[in-house]
Amino acid sequence: MGTEIGRVRGLGSAGHGAQHWWHQKLTAGTNFLLIVWLLASIATLPSYDHGTVRLWLHSAWAAIPMALLIASVFYHFRLGLQVVIEDYSHKESRFVLTVLVNVFTLATAGTAIFSILKVAFGATA
Amino acid sequence: MASKPARPRSPHLFSGPMQLHYRWSPAMTASIVHRATGDGMATIGTLLLVWWLAAIAAGPAAYGVFLDVFTTSTGSLNLLGWIVGVGLTWSVFQHMMSGIRHLVMDTGAAFELKVNQRLALLTFVASTLLTIAFWLFLGNK
Ligand code: HEM
Repeated sequence: MGTEIGRVRGLGSAGHGAQHWWHQKLTAGTNFLLIVWLLASIATLPSYDHGTVRLWLHSAWAAIPMALLIASVFYHFRLGLQVVIEDYSHKESRFVLTVLVNVFTLATAGTAIFSILKVAFGATA
Repeated sequence: MASKPARPRSPHLFSGPMQLHYRWSPAMTASIVHRATGDGMATIGTLLLVWWLAAIAAGPAAYGVFLDVFTTSTGSLNLLGWIVGVGLTWSVFQHMMSGIRHLVMDTGAAFELKVNQRLALLTFVASTLLTIAFWLFLGNK
């Protein structure tokens, strides 16, 4: 069992509870900044045809924050979905769902980062 | 775990069929909507964002397929485009507002009943106004 203070310090079953909570909050802050940037960028784009959007993402001013957004938001929602799974799902399904969330997060994040880099390092036209 | 059946676990909602354990309040609505919007963005929102980025990278043909799903031949949004567009922007703003409320409450503030419930209601007012403002801005460009 341990002492009350030991439990509060995050020494739960895996010893990672406090860190999980804290990273959820840290990424909430970085999400806020990056999501405001994305909404403002989308709202102020002159048009939404392929050429315009691609030229926008080709710029380091868009490619870098977009890559950071993927890192921050995807880490944030992976932490978040894990909490949701642990609230509703128990026994074997909890393990399976947690693995699926990890696979989903890595596959989508990988595709997103590759796409951003391909546009950023591709030819201008 | 399986040997102790009837213990209440979080989140414990019902004390009988259709009988809530608690009196419903704005704070509970904000809480479950924070979860629903987070999950919605994490699944549908993520797939759409990644599809959009991959389509930009793949070229005009793939990007055209993306646009075709959400727009009419004249280039304006179709029904699906409106539902997904407004639904996602409202989810972003609502999750953002209730997320800020979470961070405020993490400092130990706003736990007094009146302030707490008012702040919860305010997240819905703010997110709805921000969504309307965002789409009015887009429409008036
Ligand atoms: C816009 C800035 C954002 C802020 C300020 C924010 C804030 C937060 C906070 C504070 C929590 C923790 C709630 C708690 O402790 O129970 C949270 C949970 C969560 N967030 Fe965000 N978030 C943001 C963006 C996003 C985005 C873009 C996504 C998805 C793509 C997302 C998905 C989630 C999920 C799935 C959870 C877990 C929900 C739960 O436990 O019920 N968040 N968010």
